[in-house]
Amino acid sequence: MSVQAWTFVMVGLSFAIYIGVAIWSRASSTGEFYIAGAGVPPVVNGMATAADWMSAASFISMAGLISFMGRDGSVYLMGWTGGYVLLALLLAPYLRKFGKYTVPDFVGDRYYSRTARIVAVICAIFVSFTYVAGQMRGVGIVFSRFLNVDITLGVLIGMGIVFFYAVLGGMKGITYTQVAQYCVLIFAFLVPAIFISLLMTGNIIPQLGFGGVLADGSGEFLLDRLNGLSQELGFDAYTDGRKATVDVFCITAALMVGTAGLPHVIVRFYTVPRVSAARSSAGWALFFIAILYTTAPAVAAFARTNLLNTVSDTKYTEVPGWFKNWETTGLIKFDDKNGDGSIQYRGAHSDVANELTIDRDIMVLANPEIAKLPNWVVGLVAAGGLAAALSTAAGLLLVISTSIAHDLLKRELVQEISEKGELLAARIAAGIAVCIAGYFGINPPGFVGQVVAFAFGLAAASFFPAIIMGIFWKRMNNIGAISGMIVGITFTAGYIIFFKFISPELNVPAHWLFGISPEGIGTLGMVLNLLVSVPVSLLTAPPPAEVQELVDNIRSPQDAGPPHELSV
Amino acid sequence: MTGNDKNRAYWKKNLQYLGILLAVWFIVSYGCAILFVNHLDKIKIGGFRLGFWFAQQGSIYVFVVLIFIYVCLMNRLDKQHGASDRQEEE
Repeated sequence: MSVQAWTFVMVGLSFAIYIGVAIWSRASSTGEFYIAGAGVPPVVNGMATAADWMSAASFISMAGLISFMGRDGSVYLMGWTGGYVLLALLLAPYLRKFGKYTVPDFVGDRYYSRTARIVAVICAIFVSFTYVAGQMRGVGIVFSRFLNVDITLGVLIGMGIVFFYAVLGGMKGITYTQVAQYCVLIFAFLVPAIFISLLMTGNIIPQLGFGGVLADGSGEFLLDRLNGLSQELGFDAYTDGRKATVDVFCITAALMVGTAGLPHVIVRFYTVPRVSAARSSAGWALFFIAILYTTAPAVAAFARTNLLNTVSDTKYTEVPGWFKNWETTGLIKFDDKNGDGSIQYRGAHSDVANELTIDRDIMVLANPEIAKLPNWVVGLVAAGGLAAALSTAAGLLLVISTSIAHDLLKRELVQEISEKGELLAARIAAGIAVCIAGYFGINPPGFVGQVVAFAFGLAAASFFPAIIMGIFWKRMNNIGAISGMIVGITFTAGYIIFFKFISPELNVPAHWLFGISPEGIGTLGMVLNLLVSVPVSLLTAPPPAEVQELVDNIRSPQDAGPPHELSV
Repeated sequence: MTGNDKNRAYWKKNLQYLGILLAVWFIVSYGCAILFVNHLDKIKIGGFRLGFWFAQQGSIYVFVVLIFIYVCLMNRLDKQHGASDRQEEE
């Protein structure tokens, strides 16, 4: 069978599974819609959290990014996993004990303030929309490349699927669909990785093959060969760092803290039955994420070695089929500058001009073809990319609909709304959000990539300090928390807007504050937040007695019970 | 002990665990993989330079282990303080 036929089979099969699961697990109450009735076992919740967290970026883009960044790719590897340690130790158990549905609920109650609540709601909606647009775009790319359908039609199909199970099933439907999606995506990521590891190093485990000896009989280590090849062609050695240490430090910290502050990740820990289950479910989530995140850097190194070996100094007329396929999508570009008919792929340190540009996003998708793996593996990878994008999109849509129906409508605007009415509002909000996300997927604003830095930076500079201090420091009061959040957000947003939108030409290390790039500035924003919120709290009146009692109550794991009903 | 003292002792122990585990978390990720990565790169294990290994592999393994250690410590502490929330299963 051809690649396209296999892709149809794999994608069709996986979609059928998701729809089946969604019908089996539809939600019937707001509790089930928002947090799956708080009855999800920790391992299952961990798996669903992993699928929720690993987006099209993790599945499709990350390994490609790392293969072009070399050692500095560690900012993503550590940044997007280390945050779970903070979540498990500092946030998840306490928020579960608190027992309400959303992050704005906690911020609003702990800081006894509607302003704080509304700031939190707006941040949650903004962060989620930023993210979801990127997912729909990923869906479109996979459809257009592998199924030869128009990007628009691809996005529409993706929208239909997400609409179906997010709107119908709510958190319960999403959770069980995400478990299925995790299985599809991890299988799709591991199969080609294991194949390639076997081919290149003879080791079945990619994590070990990564540090192993090449299977071509040279006795050379893979990474040594890769370093040699890279330097020969004028690139930096693969295992060397290129970014400044302070920048690597700050980007890693911003991503870690941002991860722990993202609403669609936090809300996951409300779905488990007990406080102890919230802790272990964070552990399981990271375990399932780590399977992909430790494989990705191995895939990156394999793909880079393969790429340098196959295309460099090859005659253009003799390039393999995958090269032509991707060239038609515009994601590979060859410009024969010296007119000799062969491809000179060169780095910045080379005297020869580089003639090849490769979009980083294609590395994972093209990898099975570059390594000449069977057609069904290529189809599987397409299904995996879709699983990653759809599972994240669904989780985000739920946060958006919860924020609108529960945080805005129920808590602020129409307080006497019935449970049925609220459920309907949540479904309508999810439906509208799917359409807006789909619109951005079809007509991507040029700034989608740019605003991702925003999502993490803002979460790091606002939510994270407010929640942590709310749990660990009783003395933190409403004025302190709000002024801290405002300073953190203003500083971080101002810095990013200046370098990304107003003066992108100045966006080079020489102009950065302390050498910190816009991606890492959230770390500084968080420090500023604390520098403001702590003294302001100390100078103003302590929080009222009932709030201090609330904090005491959160700290003790007893009687977590079922989450509060909506009438609370 | 009164309920209040008990809660205070529980919280203190919890903070102690947090301090130790987060110190390890910091040393492995920000220490081994960022601040001292070039020094550790001089040591080679198999095909890996050690600093590079910590940056792209080791730190992630340590993160997973840290969370499960915390889960075990806290489950034990909950039991000792009679604060376990899973009595209904025992």
